[in-house]
Amino acid sequence: MSDKIIQITEMNKWFGDFQVLKNINLEVEKNKKIVVCGPSGSGKSTLIRCINRLEEHQQGSIIVDGNELTEDTKDIEKIRAEVGMVFQQFNLFPHLSILDNCTLAPIWVKKMPKKDAEDLALQHLEKVQIADQANKYPGQLSGGQQQRCAIARALCMEPKIMLFDEPTSALDPEMIKEVLDAMVNLAKAGMTMIVVTHEMGFAKEVADEVIFMDEGMIVERAETKEFFANPKSDRTKLFLSQIL
Amino acid sequence: MNKLNFLQPDKNNLNTYLYTGVILVAFSIFIVFLNSFFNKDIVSFLPGPISFFLPLILGFIGLHLIRIDYSGLRFLDSINKNINTNNFNAFLSLIIVFVVIKSLPPLLSWFIIDANIAGDSKDVCTGSGACWTYIKIWFNRFMYGMYPNPEQWRINLSFIALAFLGTIGFFATEKFKKYLTLYYVVVYPLIAFFFIFFFISGGPIFFDFSYGIIAAVISIIIGFFIPSKFKMYYFIIVPITLYILLKYVFFYEELIELGKLEALEWVETGAWGGLSLTFIVSFFCLIFCFPIGLFLSLGRRSDFPIIKYISIGMIEFWRGVPLITVLFMSSVMFPMFLPEDMFIDKLVRVIIAISLFEAAYVAEVIRGGLQALPRGQYDAAKSLGMGYWKMHILVILPQALKLVIPGIANTFLALVKDTPLIFVVGLLEIVGMLNLAKTNPEWLGFAMEGYVFASVLFFIICYAMSKYSYNLEQKYKTER
Repeated sequence: MSDKIIQITEMNKWFGDFQVLKNINLEVEKNKKIVVCGPSGSGKSTLIRCINRLEEHQQGSIIVDGNELTEDTKDIEKIRAEVGMVFQQFNLFPHLSILDNCTLAPIWVKKMPKKDAEDLALQHLEKVQIADQANKYPGQLSGGQQQRCAIARALCMEPKIMLFDEPTSALDPEMIKEVLDAMVNLAKAGMTMIVVTHEMGFAKEVADEVIFMDEGMIVERAETKEFFANPKSDRTKLFLSQIL
Repeated sequence: MNKLNFLQPDKNNLNTYLYTGVILVAFSIFIVFLNSFFNKDIVSFLPGPISFFLPLILGFIGLHLIRIDYSGLRFLDSINKNINTNNFNAFLSLIIVFVVIKSLPPLLSWFIIDANIAGDSKDVCTGSGACWTYIKIWFNRFMYGMYPNPEQWRINLSFIALAFLGTIGFFATEKFKKYLTLYYVVVYPLIAFFFIFFFISGGPIFFDFSYGIIAAVISIIIGFFIPSKFKMYYFIIVPITLYILLKYVFFYEELIELGKLEALEWVETGAWGGLSLTFIVSFFCLIFCFPIGLFLSLGRRSDFPIIKYISIGMIEFWRGVPLITVLFMSSVMFPMFLPEDMFIDKLVRVIIAISLFEAAYVAEVIRGGLQALPRGQYDAAKSLGMGYWKMHILVILPQALKLVIPGIANTFLALVKDTPLIFVVGLLEIVGMLNLAKTNPEWLGFAMEGYVFASVLFFIICYAMSKYSYNLEQKYKTER
């Protein structure tokens, strides 16, 4: 039981009258890399936003690292600090330098001394190869560099789980590779990752399992090789034929 | 020599076009200049309408001739680019130049040439220009209102001290930078409050407060030598002890009564006035309305219905009533709701009223900035584990406030210019004093000079504020 870091059971979510997530059951084990794919509007992003409660679910339960996500605010912040998230639009803080973007949360949320936080940040920035840009502002960086900084920023909180919400969708094709490389390195280091992406190459390379979603439901979940070699449902086959 | 085509000046005959054009423009300006300054019309031999429009026609042709693209002369190119891009702009430029030349002589003669400043009575003002003697004689009243003359050094000293303490932060070394926010948000307003309400007011209350200040200063100085472990207790216990010692053991009050120490004369706020009152009211309203507005704007976006609807109610109420009625209420209605023996000074009531009034505007301006931030900023801050206050203080407000600097500056300027309205409760700041002086039987008929004087002062204050806000904007600009 202890290796199940995320447990979602019978989860339903509505936006007004529209049901975005229908009866989601999902268990993720520690150190597993999971890729979520599916057509747009299928609820992939909403699903991972529910995992750190950026969206609230209405039915069912979500248990992250042994804590159930409920209305209790204090717990939520503790869980969010353990779940890193990388967004499609980077969402760096434009008024702070790259280094300050990375040290802000460790200093103020984790109460880390400033010196330690900066060392940690530089270490992570080094890993994603933008340590030399540390004193620039986000607006001065390219999209790929910004997204790598966003990954470093999330890593600075030393999370147990990393969520990626279409991290390469807003990037030029040339920059996609540098971001994916950073993610592959992270995967090799043993991080638990849930990645929403259309990059099937990335899925084949690092994912342990692939989840296919459509119309708010999990249509298929399979080991990566199995998923690409012989998908079971027709919907998955159709999707794969279009995307590959 | 290339062929001259006066309809299309080009670079080939640059000098010819340039000289002809410049001479024509210069001549046209010269005609207007003579006409305006010396009342001489050197082209009067021409028929009326032609002589009237001649400068315009000549200048127009001249500007047409010097409109040569890429002439290679930097000065000419910049003129062409800025005021002479096409016929219509050339025409407008000429009109503006002529209007300025035309209007200079009357302005100069009213302000300077025919104006009087010498002497000290109305009789010296014989010229047709302004009577600056009036401003000179009334200067003290315009600056300090009815504040007694021998005590005015207190106002001067307060303002100089506050200006000094206010600018000291800009020269703070790196070591003290981190304390600046604390200094400006807490310490400085307290010092200002002390200076304005106790030092300028004077009276026994000043000494009572002084013990506190003396106690605080002494304890801070000694505090540097205390091990940091005990500092928290030290800064609570020692000032209070010192205060009590000063008040009850050393018996300063008795010294005052014996005449060994001279007490400051009590000057009630009703006697304050003039420009110094403008400053006092503006200053306190500015520092109060900003935090109130900030909390109202956050409150309006809150998830808690009670906070939300109270904020909305406050904002809509204060925005919905005219300032003049608010001031009137504060002086007439408000005291009725207070207990019999409770008394709040008129000036304090006015400052509270204006602060609340302007806070509603500030709140809406700040809300505009909050709305402008993308939702992703909230998501990112939340995903890093920040709670409501950390998210707002570290991420949201720095960006939102930066966005609304122009809007806030706008509100603040409006506030400064609203201060004259406090005349409805009998407080006379500079415009109020002008109106009073205007009706003085000895000095009738100088309203114009007074209003010009006040306008200039207001302009200087407001322009300085607007410049400062622009500097702030530039300072906090980071590329997005």
